[in-house]
Amino acid sequence: MIGLQHYLTLSAMLFVLSIAGIVVNRRNLILLLMCIELMLLAVNFNFIAFSRYLGDDTGQVFVFFILTVAAAEAAIGLAILVVLFRNRRSINVQELNTMKG
Amino acid sequence: MYNYYLTIVLAPLAAAIVAGLFGKQIGRAGSHWITILAVGLSCALSLLVLKNMFWGGAESENISVYTWAVTDGLKMEVGFLVDRLTALMMAVVTFVSLMVHIYTIGYMHDDPGYQRFFSYIALFTFSMLMLVMSNNFLQLFFGWEAVGLVSYLLIGFWFKRESAIFANLKAFLVNRVGDFGFILGVSAVVMFAGTLDYAEVFASADSIAAQEIEVIAGTPWNAMTVTCVLLFIGAMGKSAQAPLHVWLPDSMAGPTPISALIHAATMVTAGIFMVARMSPLFELSATALAVVITIGAITAFSMGLLGIVQNDIKRVIAYSTLSQLGYMTVALGASAYSAAIFHLMTHAFFKALLFLAAGSVIIALHHEQDIRKMGGLRKYMPVTYWTALIGSLALIGFPGTSGFFSKDLLIEAVKESHWHGQGAVYWIAYLSVLLGVFVTALYTFRMFFLVFHGETRMDAETKSHVRESPWVVTVPLVLLAIPSAIIGWFTVRDILFNNYFGDSIVVSSAHDVLAHMGETFHGSLALFQHSVQTPVFWLAAGGALSAWFLYLKRPDIPATIKDRVSGLYTLLDRKYYMDDLYIKGFAAAGRSIGNLLWQKGDQLVIDGVLVNGTANSIGKLAGVMRQIQTGYLYTYAFAMFIGLTMLLSWLIWFR
Amino acid sequence: MLFHAILFYFFSVILIGAACGVIFSKNPVHAIMFLVLAFFQSAMLWLLVEAEFLAIVLVLVYVGAVMVLFLFVVMMLDINVEAIQRSLTRFAPFAIAVALLMAIELVQLIWLRSRTDAGPGVFESYPEGYSNTKALGSVLYTEHVYAFEIAAVVLLLAIVAAISLTMRKRPGLKVQNIGQQVAVRAKDRLRVVKMESEKKQ
Repeated sequence: MIGLQHYLTLSAMLFVLSIAGIVVNRRNLILLLMCIELMLLAVNFNFIAFSRYLGDDTGQVFVFFILTVAAAEAAIGLAILVVLFRNRRSINVQELNTMKG
Repeated sequence: MYNYYLTIVLAPLAAAIVAGLFGKQIGRAGSHWITILAVGLSCALSLLVLKNMFWGGAESENISVYTWAVTDGLKMEVGFLVDRLTALMMAVVTFVSLMVHIYTIGYMHDDPGYQRFFSYIALFTFSMLMLVMSNNFLQLFFGWEAVGLVSYLLIGFWFKRESAIFANLKAFLVNRVGDFGFILGVSAVVMFAGTLDYAEVFASADSIAAQEIEVIAGTPWNAMTVTCVLLFIGAMGKSAQAPLHVWLPDSMAGPTPISALIHAATMVTAGIFMVARMSPLFELSATALAVVITIGAITAFSMGLLGIVQNDIKRVIAYSTLSQLGYMTVALGASAYSAAIFHLMTHAFFKALLFLAAGSVIIALHHEQDIRKMGGLRKYMPVTYWTALIGSLALIGFPGTSGFFSKDLLIEAVKESHWHGQGAVYWIAYLSVLLGVFVTALYTFRMFFLVFHGETRMDAETKSHVRESPWVVTVPLVLLAIPSAIIGWFTVRDILFNNYFGDSIVVSSAHDVLAHMGETFHGSLALFQHSVQTPVFWLAAGGALSAWFLYLKRPDIPATIKDRVSGLYTLLDRKYYMDDLYIKGFAAAGRSIGNLLWQKGDQLVIDGVLVNGTANSIGKLAGVMRQIQTGYLYTYAFAMFIGLTMLLSWLIWFR
Repeated sequence: MLFHAILFYFFSVILIGAACGVIFSKNPVHAIMFLVLAFFQSAMLWLLVEAEFLAIVLVLVYVGAVMVLFLFVVMMLDINVEAIQRSLTRFAPFAIAVALLMAIELVQLIWLRSRTDAGPGVFESYPEGYSNTKALGSVLYTEHVYAFEIAAVVLLLAIVAAISLTMRKRPGLKVQNIGQQVAVRAKDRLRVVKMESEKKQ
């Protein structure tokens, strides 16, 4: 019987994997962004699982908003990335440790 | 009369403000005219008030002018208590002040601070009048501090001179010691009587005397004794009694007119006046009176001795002032308040006269103050000579002069007080004042002979310029010489024996020495005739003759004496090492404590540890924390992750 | 039910595998393709729990728009693939320890705690004729309408921000400046010069 715990476990695995991705891919900004997307996906899993378990649609509304914000975040993040690349010819995170642009 | 009193007080204040703030606009002549007119007005009205009191039989008045604040039933107000004591003081203050104002025109003629000087002395007149006319302790304290302030300003009038700055700082600091005692005394009055008003305090004097206070736990002291001794400490500061006398000789660094006005005639007598005013309190504490007479006796004799070795003409008179203030204090201690006030009055005239005469000599010699460089001035400055002679005779108590009546009777009163069996202290006091007469005559005529007689010792350049001072200088001299010479004749009976002061001075019948003396008093003339039978006369004559012999006849002897008793001479020359004690002892200790607190407390602890230490430790901590702030994105992400893990751990395992 | 379970495990395994692919692929383009796969599997899993609307939205919006944007950027930027190398830092052991700790905690939280407390979490099926989209819509436009509007503003902001960040003005472009054109006045353009009339020669 597939239930709440299964989904939560799946979500936890996704979350830990995405964190591992952030630690491992610490050079590439675009991969970091992707890992964040993955992390948000894990969060969404939790929301949906609990929403179904509790029979409350508000959890799904939350997911809806998270998707919205994530899309905005991705758009702005990528825009920043583009500008960064234009200025520095690199998206290597290790070269991006100054406040100054 | 209310308007008269207000005018008397406010006219000098207004003049001081005008001369002080608008001195440039109204010019030099404008400043001296406005202040002289204002003080003259005050003087005229004061004399009118005195006349009404003396001959008109006017009642004393206690007027509340303005209530400044009321807290918890304690009224703080401005008010005038004008009784016979006050009227006399007002007249003396304004008269001497007026003379000094006129004299100043001549003395300060070339000084750039002319308007400032007039503003200050008018302000002083105001402050002194506030002091003597006060009807409560708070206003008394105000006047007390105000005259101290003006004194400070005037001693340091030539503020570019190092010595003047040193002297005014010294005067200020020493007076602080006295004022500290004084304000404690006022506080004690408030504490025990619950009011600041004279009349109410005096009315509750008996209840104060019935109380006790434990300043040191376990030893109860009489409240009245504590109060009176504290008040007298204030008087010691202001009236320069030993050991708080050290500021007065140094204050001679100021211009001579203020030496005459403030440091001889009026301000320094504020302490005497205050104790006389507080007679209803002092009468109830035999201990306090014993303290007063002891301090007075020490001052009277020891300060006189110092006058003999001084060479600065103003300093000689300054030590003489100290000695005479000691006499007055002795009289206070002997419960002969009237005698003290009487001597205060005569002293104000003849001492102001002596100072102004000295000033006249000083300007004639172009600010030369060393009596060893004077001599033979009699033929150059006849008016100054004769007035100075009158002043000197009055000072030594030559029969017939004002000083004779006051000092003779003062000494007599001290002697009589012993009659009432007050203990050994009174014997010592009597001996001190008696020997003091000889000393007084010696230093007075030493100075007089060295200045006016003998050969001229100044250089030829100065000698060619010596001439009599202008009329603005000599007129005050003459005007002061007249009361110095004769005022004793008319006033002695009334002031001392006919109960002139009435209620303003209270003497308990147990030690009312003056009443006792009054029984055998047969008028001024009789006193004059019997003067040759008293030891006072012979001592004074002996002193004057010694001075003549030592300094005119055989000028070589003093030097020999000096060599023979060089130890004593050094002791006197160094003023009993009091200055050294204060400057190298207290002041240096204070400075070293200040330095210690500055270097260790302020720089090391507060600056070093607390202020810079905080900044440094924050800087160091930030230096450590900065290592964590790599600027790399993944570091922050990882930090968040650690935080998340910790939160989770806490939720799972520790909650 | 068994079929349901088989589907869940099937999709889950692919999802995890895709996630691993995202993390470990050397080429960013590959990583994005793995991410797309992961999103697809997620949508499938959401369909399994009858969250149809969100599943479709995930595919349409995320895969269709956001992922394409990623792909676009990666290809446009021409990132040197060889230069990007993975390396473990000195605090990798620490990171692994923390990750393990977290995993243990999550397992404990999900399995041990919840089972003892409330029994197995079961999703109750929706009744016949239930529309997930309708239900969500009715909540979204009533209770959460305010947040919804704000979300719209956030999106607008993202658009404006993205454009303003990336737009650059190249010099020498012959574009019209409407503002200047409107603000122009006659005296800036036309100058009337008075002069003597010329005489015929």
